[in-house]
Amino acid sequence: MNIFDILGPVMVGPSSSHTAGAVRIGFVSRTLLGEKPVKARILLAGSFADTGKGHGTDKAIIAGLLGMDTDDINIPDVFDIAQKQNFKYEFGTIQLPQAHPNTAVINLWGKSGKELNIQASSLGGGRIMVDKIDGIDVNFTGEYPTLIVHNQDQPGHVAEVTSMLSHKSVNIANMQLNRDKKGGYAVMVLETDQPIPSEAISWLAHLEGIIKVTYYNPTEVK
Amino acid sequence: MSFGAIKDIIDLCEKNEKNFYQIILEDDCKERDVTKEASQEKMTQLLDAMLLAAFSYDAELLSASKMVGGDGGRMEAFRHEQKGYCGDYIQEVMAHALQMGESNACMKRIVAAPTAGSCGVLPAVLVPLFHRQLIDQQEMVEAMYVAAGIGQVIASRAFIAGAAGGCQAEIGSASAMAAGALVYLKNGSAKQIGDAVAIALKGLLGLACDPVAGLVEVPCVKRNVVGALNALSSADMVLAGIKSAIPVDEVIDAMKDIGMKMDVSLKETGKGGLAATPTGKKLKDDLV
Ligand code: SF4
Repeated sequence: MNIFDILGPVMVGPSSSHTAGAVRIGFVSRTLLGEKPVKARILLAGSFADTGKGHGTDKAIIAGLLGMDTDDINIPDVFDIAQKQNFKYEFGTIQLPQAHPNTAVINLWGKSGKELNIQASSLGGGRIMVDKIDGIDVNFTGEYPTLIVHNQDQPGHVAEVTSMLSHKSVNIANMQLNRDKKGGYAVMVLETDQPIPSEAISWLAHLEGIIKVTYYNPTEVK
Repeated sequence: MSFGAIKDIIDLCEKNEKNFYQIILEDDCKERDVTKEASQEKMTQLLDAMLLAAFSYDAELLSASKMVGGDGGRMEAFRHEQKGYCGDYIQEVMAHALQMGESNACMKRIVAAPTAGSCGVLPAVLVPLFHRQLIDQQEMVEAMYVAAGIGQVIASRAFIAGAAGGCQAEIGSASAMAAGALVYLKNGSAKQIGDAVAIALKGLLGLACDPVAGLVEVPCVKRNVVGALNALSSADMVLAGIKSAIPVDEVIDAMKDIGMKMDVSLKETGKGGLAATPTGKKLKDDLV
């Protein structure tokens, strides 16, 4: 923790967990979708559902989905902005007894038809955790460059990905592997100390047995 | 490496004959691997954001729940009538604390210090000094380093979030940070800064986080005033030569102890204290 975690962030109020964190959840979802979203269904759980309206959690998530940052002064007017951009959304609530109290589940559709289902929670102080993508546990914070690889559950893919990263001098800070029982595929989540070059990501996406590659870089300007 | 004790900062100041601000600045340069200029530029950006927030208050705005809004304007108008008990500077401090707290509740842009709920305390004491040209931009920036350095120790030894340790952790920490900054601005020693932190924090130990309907509005906005005035009285006591009987780091540990023992209904869940009063519950029911 450095001194700018104490003074700052510069943010639109009222709550670092229910507003700033919610903006980040929307923003990370948009980035993970990989294209401009046109439609969203947002389900709020726990304290997000109970106090979200008063905290502007609904506006905050939409603002993030539209690519705004936590200090964007347009956040209070975001419903009008969404309408002008022809962005469709609906809100509901969901019970998730096992999840963190501040959790949202978002279904997102992009302009070329890409789809994403994400579950994320706001941990306080503006920090977030992406819990699940397309129903599979991923558990990353979005504070590091993050690579998410969906691949067929067969040996060799971990080695391919890790050797590609070391070849590019990218250091792996944290790695997890989760399996989806139904689909017979696995999801690798890698948080790295350095950003990953885009040609490396597209090379990976074309390998046999790799189903989908998603990359999130927090330092990239939107 | 960042500091785990206020005493470590005081010792470094004394050993190297440097002031509190210089030690925190140097530590930030090491911690984030940046130059002094880059660090100061970042702090100056925060100062700009803080001043912008302070001077863009809109007394017409109400929060989404309609529970807060307009009080900062009322206080400012009353100040000009010169009828109250507190002097002009104190009343300006009160107005700024209310205004920043209300701006936050009304979704305006603020600087968390250390949190959004307590964002009014530090600017409330600093901005009127700047406004009256009693301190310049460089002194504002230095005071913010001092405040941030104090907050960092509190965060690492205890907590700074209401959900973790009650309001003592938010308004209490903000008040302690402001008290230290105020002593620094009057050329107080590092040791005196530590005493001011201790006295300010002691005054707010045990404060529960019990916001009505779980919203950062009631009692949060007015508690920013309490935090600011407590910072001023703590700083003045120290400048008068008064010391804290309990050393500052032990006070921070006491806050942690109290926060750990505090019931979860008093930690930002909106279930205990003021939130659980008949009126508090009614206000919540009226929202939905
Ligand atoms: S009552 Fe709770 S939410 Fe309000 S300022 Fe205090 S700690 Fe923050």
